[in-house]
Amino acid sequence: MIKVRNLVKAFGSRVVLHNISFEIAAGEFVTLLGINGAGKTTLMSIISTLSRPTAGSIFIGDMNAQQHAAYIRRYIGLVSHKTLLYDDLSGEQNLRFYARMYDVQNPAARIETVLRQVGLWGRQKDPVRTYSRGMQQRLAIARAILHNPPILLLDEPDTGLDQGAATMLGDLLAAVGTAQRTVLMTTHNLERGLSLGNRVLMLADGKIAVDAPRDEVSVESLSRFYRQ
Amino acid sequence: MPQPSSIIADGTITRQPPPFAYFRKVWAIVAKDIAAELRTKEMLSAMFVFSLLVIFIFNFAFDLRTDNANTLAPGVLWVAIAFAGMLGLGRSFITERDRGSLEGLLLAPVDRSAIYLGKFLGNVLFISVVEVVILPLFIVFFNQPLGIIVPLVGVVILGTIGFAGVGTLFSAMVIHTRARDVLLPIMLFPVVVPVLLAAVRLTAGILDKLPFEDVQNWLGLLVAFDLIFLAVSYMMFEYVVEE
Repeated sequence: MIKVRNLVKAFGSRVVLHNISFEIAAGEFVTLLGINGAGKTTLMSIISTLSRPTAGSIFIGDMNAQQHAAYIRRYIGLVSHKTLLYDDLSGEQNLRFYARMYDVQNPAARIETVLRQVGLWGRQKDPVRTYSRGMQQRLAIARAILHNPPILLLDEPDTGLDQGAATMLGDLLAAVGTAQRTVLMTTHNLERGLSLGNRVLMLADGKIAVDAPRDEVSVESLSRFYRQ
Repeated sequence: MPQPSSIIADGTITRQPPPFAYFRKVWAIVAKDIAAELRTKEMLSAMFVFSLLVIFIFNFAFDLRTDNANTLAPGVLWVAIAFAGMLGLGRSFITERDRGSLEGLLLAPVDRSAIYLGKFLGNVLFISVVEVVILPLFIVFFNQPLGIIVPLVGVVILGTIGFAGVGTLFSAMVIHTRARDVLLPIMLFPVVVPVLLAAVRLTAGILDKLPFEDVQNWLGLLVAFDLIFLAVSYMMFEYVVEE
């Protein structure tokens, strides 16, 4: 589903990603780990087509993501620590806008479905700025899955959430990460990352340091990368 | 367009783009900006107050008599439009960036020129709403006959298109800079000098009731810069918003 080949990203003379290659099969839930500055968000940004690689390529299915970026974007949903929502609009207005941008069929019914799925049906008319941080992040998930994308990119979705909200978010992510959906998630929470994902990638110094199934790694073995 | 077979197979509910999908998305962006502004009224109220203050202050600051009003009035009108317009342009992309919604916009499956067009049309609309209020006040304060309103509206529309066309691009250009609020007017005003100069000259021609032959070169200049600015901005936008 996602093929990353010889990916290099540099900002001026500073190389953030060094010749990275990996593949993610359809239906896999992959957890991407790494310390701050390891290049996780840069990698997510390139896969989501928000940023261009310095060298190398990304394939989504059999399409080059850089060459067909506008077309590829309809198959990707992104949740980041930023909600990508409009504070002054209501939850429903936000989703209606994104439904138009993604050519979603029967938008009213689909909006109701995803709002119920994230537990915000009933608050849909309220401005987003009146939502708690946890509610805003749930609405961000609703926005990301509104067009039912086969690929979901989750870039530290639990940032800024308290324990209760983060647990609720984890349950929600487990629910949306179905077998029909390929998920790549970055997080600093090793326990949550290992409980949700079925494969782990660890970025260190801009390279893939670990690429292993969940069963072959542990919180202890991964923690050493954070201590180094 | 080749199909990513492994993606299509999963039964995504996203439909193929309907006819005129591009323009539907342009309109979706305009409608979103209108809805957000109707909720807050922050931008329009600031633009209204600022443009009214300019008209008032210039009206009282200069010793306006019948013989010198036409000399000063065109400049006053375009100062009011340009500075009020700057307030609107400044919020166009900077607000998207500051509130973290820009990436959501850039992730949309549409050619990025649609985002430019949507923002451009929104800016033209917001500036036009302000102009609808200040033009009658301008006529009253500067003792102009009502008969000038039709040609004046034509010039104002052309001037606004050129100003907003390049202003929308520059608004996107400065979002990655630190002093973006300061940088936008510093970058924009030198570039839109031809548009503002032509608009002021045409406005003066209308107030002085000059024959069309005397001002047609300025009209040609204004139309030409509108087309050039719009075409270049439309083509450049994708590269400007690229990280």
